[in-house]
Amino acid sequence: MATDTVVAERSRRAPGSVGVVGRSGVRPGLLTPYLFLAPFLLVFGVFVLAPAVYGLWISLHNWDFFLPTRPWVGLTNYLNLFDPDNLLAEHFWESMLATGKFVLFSVPLLVVLPLGLAMLLNRNFRGRTAFRAIYFAPYVLGVSVIGLLWQFLLSSNVGLVNYYLSKVGLDEAIPWLTALPWVWISLVGVTVWWTMGFNSVVYLAGLQGIDTALYDAAKVDGASRWREFVHVTLPGLRPVLLFVVTMTILASANMFGQSYLLTAGNPSNETRTAIMFIAQVGLEQFRIGSAAAMSYLLALLLIVISAANFVFFRSKEGD
Amino acid sequence: MATIVTAGRRPGQGVAANLLLYALLLILSVIFIAPLLWMLSTSFKTTEGATALPPQWIPAEFSTEGYTSLFADAQAPVLRWLFNSVVVAVAHTVLVLVTAAAAAYPLARMRFRGKNTIFALIVATLFVPGFVFLMPNYLIVESLGWLDSKWALIVPGAASAFGVFFLRQFFVSIPVELEEAGLIDGANRFQIFVRIVLPLAKAPLATLAILSLLGSWNDFLWPLYVLFNPENLTLPAGLATLKGAYATDYPAIMAGAALASVPVLIAFALVQRYVIAGVARSGLKG
Repeated sequence: MATDTVVAERSRRAPGSVGVVGRSGVRPGLLTPYLFLAPFLLVFGVFVLAPAVYGLWISLHNWDFFLPTRPWVGLTNYLNLFDPDNLLAEHFWESMLATGKFVLFSVPLLVVLPLGLAMLLNRNFRGRTAFRAIYFAPYVLGVSVIGLLWQFLLSSNVGLVNYYLSKVGLDEAIPWLTALPWVWISLVGVTVWWTMGFNSVVYLAGLQGIDTALYDAAKVDGASRWREFVHVTLPGLRPVLLFVVTMTILASANMFGQSYLLTAGNPSNETRTAIMFIAQVGLEQFRIGSAAAMSYLLALLLIVISAANFVFFRSKEGD
Repeated sequence: MATIVTAGRRPGQGVAANLLLYALLLILSVIFIAPLLWMLSTSFKTTEGATALPPQWIPAEFSTEGYTSLFADAQAPVLRWLFNSVVVAVAHTVLVLVTAAAAAYPLARMRFRGKNTIFALIVATLFVPGFVFLMPNYLIVESLGWLDSKWALIVPGAASAFGVFFLRQFFVSIPVELEEAGLIDGANRFQIFVRIVLPLAKAPLATLAILSLLGSWNDFLWPLYVLFNPENLTLPAGLATLKGAYATDYPAIMAGAALASVPVLIAFALVQRYVIAGVARSGLKG
């Protein structure tokens, strides 16, 4: 409605009006942009910028709730994590290993399977939108629901999964949530089921952005499906792939809820992930300085991985 | 000659390939949807029915026991949790929309000192993993006296760098002439923003609103640690405590899970085009 009036009034605009328009918009009053930005910057400053620095400050102190003072300890919290005799360090690296395993097992699946699904969905057929919605639906649910639901489904005595496996001849109940290697298969499987739709949709948008003329050209050249995929689809998806790989690594490295709810970190801390351990140390034992140091170490590692990722995709561009 | 090859390929594979495609898509659909249907179906069973073999996909004996035992438990004020979740999600979303839209506007349409620095800072935080903020934000929230209160859930996450980035991309594409016309009519920047820019941005605003609602509704780790009193929990955090108390009362647990998911599934069904388009868009531009 507002648009219509504006458009109607454009006809009687003053000839000299071009003067108020700059290349990037109408010239504002001096304070105006800052007034618009103020509410956001207030929240952003207090809960994003400040904590990023404050966290670093905390990590340099012995910031323990049960201590009367919080003395400056320099890099001690970090160095402790590299001390082989330190029990905290041992548990920390154990949890980093758990997160590393989860990333290693889940990321390839979450990069490859959704691409296959997206390519299926990218074909022209009736009901495409409905299928997209179905595959996306689990992603809409929170990890607490996913956790409760799959704990029931994967239960070794009353779970549906073992029941149907017994129907196809697997009589021995599989301990999905309590024993190796099943705990990892469960956590990765549930996560793939839960989040696959998200990556598929991102790929789908990428696929639809590829110029169809390129496919026609490939066909004219008699390219096989596989060569078409390697020479047209993959190069066309490069920015999307970079996004999906980076975001999936970040998300998998952030894994907390699945382990917390499904396996509670068992058996013997095998599936206690880094975030789970950091939260325990910081928010259950209130050793906040140590926990902050661990967060920064993990973040640093992730930044290195993301950067390596970026360089890898960049160098591929030369091919 | 080459054109003959092209013309021959697709129709030749037509019917059989399509059947195969549908078969595959249907099998996948079952895998994605069956667990959700099982949750809903179990929530309407008796305790015996929930674990009966062979599994009853349609309850042999329809029962609302799961829901009533859940609602009756004073230790688990589920309706209270539902209410808390709604209040938090709505307040959080409104705050995200207002602050992000207002911030995105000057970043898209005005020239001023510090613009590039501010925008770069906002975008940079998109790549900082969330757990980095966990310890410092806990202390900040504590010093504000917000522990165990809704404020801890509404405000800290409301600075949506993604929201600013996402809306800015859209605002940039609005023709300058529209604003110009408004200025000539004597409107100030705020009026132009509210009367011209925002109405044009309904679709991206709706997308951001849905994504924020989902994010807040499903948030798990943060509420788990900043809320203590059972009365104050949100549904996802509350559900985690249910797990222990109702270890084998599957209808009650599934009733709780259904209660937390049915509202978002309905909301998603209504606006799924927006959600999916929004996800696709953010993926490509990220």
